[in-house]
Amino acid sequence: MTVTVENPGTDPVKTRPAGFVPLSGRRKFGNRAAGALVTAALLIALVPLFWLVITLVARGIGTILDPDWWMSSERYGGAANAIVGTLMQTALAAVISVPLGIFVAIYLVEYSNRKSLLARITTFMVDILSGVPSIVAALFVYAVWRTTLGLPRSGFVVAIALVLLMVPLVVRATEEMLKIVPQDLREASYALGIPKWKTIARVVLPTAMSGIITGVMLAIARVMGESAPVLILVGATRAMNWNPFEGNQQSLPLMMVQQYNNGPSAFDQVWGAALTLVILVAIIYFGAKFVSKAFAPKTS
Amino acid sequence: MTSLNEQQGGQPQGDPTLPGTPFEPEGDVEGLRAGKSSRLGDQIFRGLSVGAGVLVSVIIALIAVFLLAQAIPSLAKNTANFFTYQGEWITTGTELKFGIPQLFYATVVVSVIALILAMPISLGISIFLTEYAPKRLVGPITYTVDLLAAVPSIVYGLWGILVLGPALVPVNEWLVGNLGFLPFFQQPTQVANMSTGGTLLTGGIVLAVMILPIITAVTREVFIQTPKGHREAALALGATKWEVVRVAVLPFGFSGYISGSMLGLGRALGETMALLLIISTAGPMDFNLMESGETFATKIANNAAEFDSPAKTGAYISAGLTLFVLTFVVNAAARAVVTRKK
Repeated sequence: MTVTVENPGTDPVKTRPAGFVPLSGRRKFGNRAAGALVTAALLIALVPLFWLVITLVARGIGTILDPDWWMSSERYGGAANAIVGTLMQTALAAVISVPLGIFVAIYLVEYSNRKSLLARITTFMVDILSGVPSIVAALFVYAVWRTTLGLPRSGFVVAIALVLLMVPLVVRATEEMLKIVPQDLREASYALGIPKWKTIARVVLPTAMSGIITGVMLAIARVMGESAPVLILVGATRAMNWNPFEGNQQSLPLMMVQQYNNGPSAFDQVWGAALTLVILVAIIYFGAKFVSKAFAPKTS
Repeated sequence: MTSLNEQQGGQPQGDPTLPGTPFEPEGDVEGLRAGKSSRLGDQIFRGLSVGAGVLVSVIIALIAVFLLAQAIPSLAKNTANFFTYQGEWITTGTELKFGIPQLFYATVVVSVIALILAMPISLGISIFLTEYAPKRLVGPITYTVDLLAAVPSIVYGLWGILVLGPALVPVNEWLVGNLGFLPFFQQPTQVANMSTGGTLLTGGIVLAVMILPIITAVTREVFIQTPKGHREAALALGATKWEVVRVAVLPFGFSGYISGSMLGLGRALGETMALLLIISTAGPMDFNLMESGETFATKIANNAAEFDSPAKTGAYISAGLTLFVLTFVVNAAARAVVTRKK
């Protein structure tokens, strides 16, 4: 940011303001080099993204453009059973973890004073949970559900494992959003004699709603692609199973592993399933961005 | 943040100690004075919230107890040393033999490769986004980098073994041919690794792509918070953009960068599916990046279909617990760095 003034022709006058010297070549070079390096870092990071997207589309598009892919189950060459399984397991997980996560966040932000033992324990537990690898979460559930209780594998068990992975994401997102709701809003509501629970339900939550929905949708997108739990907790099937509480249930990640193990002849199916999974995740992901824009509190 | 929470601790209440107040509130005056609410709705809502908090803690505690209860019997029957035994796992019968050094080695090696590759690139992107990028581009670029995190890990695995691995084959051959004197680029014991590219190196690269968005997000968050004063002071002294970064942004944000990297490391350690597809056969422990290897996560996932006896399950659960402790330590360290900063 050194200022240099070029002023040729008016000779006896000083050509630069006192104290300013032109940027030395070394510093100029350093600046340029750093700029080039950080730009290069960005370009390097984008290479795998585009490479991945191009490969996915190129190898998967042929498979998924066939209407049978979406309509018939794997037994008849489609993937409908896996798509249904994925959506069901994710939906079940969301139904359990969204209210649970939101209430935990309400407890942390609105009811606890952060110093109480329970609040600290809860925060700590949510922290732990957010760092648990998906395979360990799956083992957790396996240990309780299969070994201890001796109950059979099913889509619902996968959903329980997904709940463990999803709750911390929901709690985090909701907590952040509740924290930034202005205190004045709550006080204005209290001043009108509104009970606390109604203040939370009618003032605080609606104000934070767009952020919460975005966070929840991102959490759903994250757990939808989780593939470790399905390996341990549910068996594969090539047939349609509409009941997540009983029997084997396919899902897209599971289908990918299964078909991959079938060797190169099944790779078309694998890429098709991958593209389908990415499309489902993308729909939710972009939906979240749309929701956060559309439902943001009016600022004017 | 604490002040905000302290403020909202109290219930809305009149001030009954004010002298000469003619106002006599109806209803449960005592309850109001004590800052309690007698309203049924409040009690239910409060109960639900507190209950949810307790439930989460109880579930996690229970699960930990269940896991330990199942790991301990198998560990007790383990005739080999859990931390040093390197042979085949024997998980049936009464004499169990299993150990984790190879799993530990492979897990750490791929994660470290990932970290070495991802850390400088994330730093570069964060600096680019906070200092160099035109304002209009910051949003779209952040968004695009975030998209990397949205791709399911199994898709990365598929891409890694079917596209990236084969593409790396010539590179690997060149490395083995010309740098074979280094311990990292020896001829692998599994010949197939040279034709499929399913090596620790490939696994590390894929993991690097996966953890890049996390590190970048955290680092960028911290860099943005560099106090304006520091930045302007540097500018006033005539610093170039790069010098602003060096004297103001980096010293301020470095601990955040480190903790972001550790969060990324925590993620890399637990990654299952991508590595399951890329490197899932056991390899030796000899720093050769051309080998394959089993990580904690892939070993468990690989054998999950055959969990039939409690002893067998317990053996794998004890491996899972080790992984859990490992990721817990890394994540806790990352959090400690962040908290100290605040």
